[in-house]
Amino acid sequence: MIVKLKKGLDIKLAGTPHPINAGVVRSENYTVYPSDFVGFAAKPAVREGDKVVAGSPLLYDKKRPEIKIVSPVSGEVIAVNRGEKRRLTEIVIHSDGKNKEMIFNTKDANSPEILKSLLASAGIFAFIRQRPYDIIASPTDIPRDIFVTAFSSAPLAPNTDFIIKGNEDDFQSGLDALAKLTSGKVHLGIRFDSKSNVLQDAKNVEVTRFDGPHPSGNVGVQINNVKPVNKGEIVWTTDFQAVIFIGRLLNRGIVDFSRPVALTGSEIKEDERCYVTALPGVAVSEWLTPRLKSDSAHLRVISGNVLTGINAGIYGSLHYFDNQISVIPDGYDKNEFLGWILPGPDKYSVAWSFLSRFIDIFRRKEYVIDARIKGGKRAMIFSGEWENVLPMDILPEYLIRAIITFDIEKMENLGVYEIAPEDFALCEFVDTSKMELQKIVREGLDLLYKEMN
Amino acid sequence: MNFLRNYLDKIKPNFEPEGRLSAFRSLFEGLESFLFVPNTTSKSGVHIHDANDSKRAMSIVVIALMPCLLFGMYNVGYQHFLSAGEVTSLFQTFLFGAIAVLPAIIVAYIVGLGIEFTVAQWKGEEIQEGFLVTGIMIPLIVPIDTPLWMIAIATAFAVIFAKEVFGGTGYNIWNVALIARAFLFFAYPSKMSGETVFIRTGEQVVDGFSGATPLGQIGTASHAIQVTDTMGNNLSQFDMFLGLIPGSIGETSKLCIFIGAVILLVTGIANWRTMLSVFVGGIATALIFNLIGTTPSMLVSPLDHILLGGFTFGAVFMATDPVTSCRTNNGKYIFGFLVGMFAILIRILNPGYPEGMMLSILLINSFAPLIDYLVVEVNIKKRLKRI
Repeated sequence: MIVKLKKGLDIKLAGTPHPINAGVVRSENYTVYPSDFVGFAAKPAVREGDKVVAGSPLLYDKKRPEIKIVSPVSGEVIAVNRGEKRRLTEIVIHSDGKNKEMIFNTKDANSPEILKSLLASAGIFAFIRQRPYDIIASPTDIPRDIFVTAFSSAPLAPNTDFIIKGNEDDFQSGLDALAKLTSGKVHLGIRFDSKSNVLQDAKNVEVTRFDGPHPSGNVGVQINNVKPVNKGEIVWTTDFQAVIFIGRLLNRGIVDFSRPVALTGSEIKEDERCYVTALPGVAVSEWLTPRLKSDSAHLRVISGNVLTGINAGIYGSLHYFDNQISVIPDGYDKNEFLGWILPGPDKYSVAWSFLSRFIDIFRRKEYVIDARIKGGKRAMIFSGEWENVLPMDILPEYLIRAIITFDIEKMENLGVYEIAPEDFALCEFVDTSKMELQKIVREGLDLLYKEMN
Repeated sequence: MNFLRNYLDKIKPNFEPEGRLSAFRSLFEGLESFLFVPNTTSKSGVHIHDANDSKRAMSIVVIALMPCLLFGMYNVGYQHFLSAGEVTSLFQTFLFGAIAVLPAIIVAYIVGLGIEFTVAQWKGEEIQEGFLVTGIMIPLIVPIDTPLWMIAIATAFAVIFAKEVFGGTGYNIWNVALIARAFLFFAYPSKMSGETVFIRTGEQVVDGFSGATPLGQIGTASHAIQVTDTMGNNLSQFDMFLGLIPGSIGETSKLCIFIGAVILLVTGIANWRTMLSVFVGGIATALIFNLIGTTPSMLVSPLDHILLGGFTFGAVFMATDPVTSCRTNNGKYIFGFLVGMFAILIRILNPGYPEGMMLSILLINSFAPLIDYLVVEVNIKKRLKRI
């Protein structure tokens, strides 16, 4: 089946990676950020000085202790850092460079219950989310369906066909395992032009091709266009990368979270824009700094893509779920004179009030866009902007209003159970009133979850 | 522009909360963000933003109004010299009009922006751009002979009671400029319609002068008539399209409004759904009355309705106000249609006042949230059926 999506936007951002893998990158210390795990009340399972191997639990969920977050590397825990209100902020592991691994017993993993508990204790559940609420799924649930997105349509996102090479068997094993966990189907969403055989001919799943601009790769958009979530239903969502991890666990009994990471963005040197293989938590400074065009003080180093990623900074680390690093100019020191009225032949905008929009009919330009908000925050003034970039059967403005006023009935009626913050990232990008929509959605979902559970 | 940036940075501390000029913080910030694009970077959510912002969007509306304003100035001079029976150069004509119109714009901006800055300062917020558009629209939709003090009072009333009490730009229910117009209309009716207000006459006028607008002539006629200019010469539809007729300053030239409409539609700032359906609603209603046709005003053709009075100006610049019109796409069709329908309905059936666009837009503004509510309910019903 092919689903054609018209709405959406592919931002013409400069810095696409070349499909070359430049090898493995490592660092002395690896950092795991508990804030990466949404809907997970993180409790530390380790103390400073504990020795861990790849697969040892680092964190467990206070409410669902069977769900563990595991260490990606072997070594020693050197810091368990806390922030305000003693909230856990970081677990830092000093790598011993030996890559020792915990061996999991995968023999009896044919029964759904044993499989689920294996996945939970091996930290794989961190990668499986549920709609509603877009939080880490519960092993006790039986989802209506499981949706797997096999591509990312976000700006400069890594190419799945490239990443999946060499992981074909693990990928199919992972899909087979997921098929045991649902009463319905596993839906695999792939790009319409994907050439990968393992994706096109994946077994045990229902393959849907998606043709359209970003956010066609968002799993929430795919669900809404294939089989929407209704009140009371639970579906699980994950991506192809996690499916590979499941396959590795089942085929080899180990936790191996190594992944190709795309180095993207205008501020990485042209020929250094490529893929590297890395583990989550790897500190970026050492191997990223030589690849940058200029001094990192004027740059923004993002773990993830420019729409949903985290501002990690040059001294930060790759976050747990990310397979992309984006580096763009920060722009805090840029002063643009009378920018609101100048014709703007080089400004990127979806609005036809910029000359660039007209020139772009005749040219192919990739834009260098910095992190400035480029305007003041306002109340909702212009209408219809968000609808154009959200290919879901949802009235975004009224849903956002319902979330802001926390009108539960309206939220439910307008589709709050179908959305995740990432689905509103493009709305946030195009919004002339510069509202923080992803934040509004996340806080609304969290509050709603508290209210309903 | 570095020296300017440096100068602003130097004086900025004075406007901070503890600074000695902190009472003018909103003014300084407004000026600063006018001169330089704010360089605050994103803290949460997306790391990159579209270059568009509300300041630019509002400025485009002001630009789209410029042809109407410039032509309006010329027409003020043209009507003046026509009634005085003098022949002047193009420049002289324009100059007369510019001198007549500019004070009204200046008064509207000073009063309106003064209130906006005060409120922004008081609420500790950033100054908002909404009044940039309102401030130029108010002079454009009043007769030339409206006294400046009336414009000042009406502007203050509209900004305070139609906008700020609701929370500022984005929260208002009614179009602010039209509220100013409506205030004048109800408070000082003699200055808002009739034969004397639409033309700035000199000390003497030539014999046979009548300052009634074409729409006014039809409204007061007891039988089908041929509309004339102030000198009694017949007016063709082409004259009305070009706009050399008596009327409120900005509304007369359909050509200039058309240019503005193209700017608004190409840039996507005005919604084509609203604009189109105002015309559809107006034309449909006019056609129905043509069929009934018992009074002269019922017989006015749809084309004449569009060419006369403020219908086109309202359809292009007022009904499309994003804040006060419907926000759902389907709602916009309904909203526009009702605006067009009621404008013609009021024009034809209201004997006291020939124009209906202002009242129609304000009336349907009030119903816009209800229309949106119904559209949203339809979506909810559709979603519930999925199960």
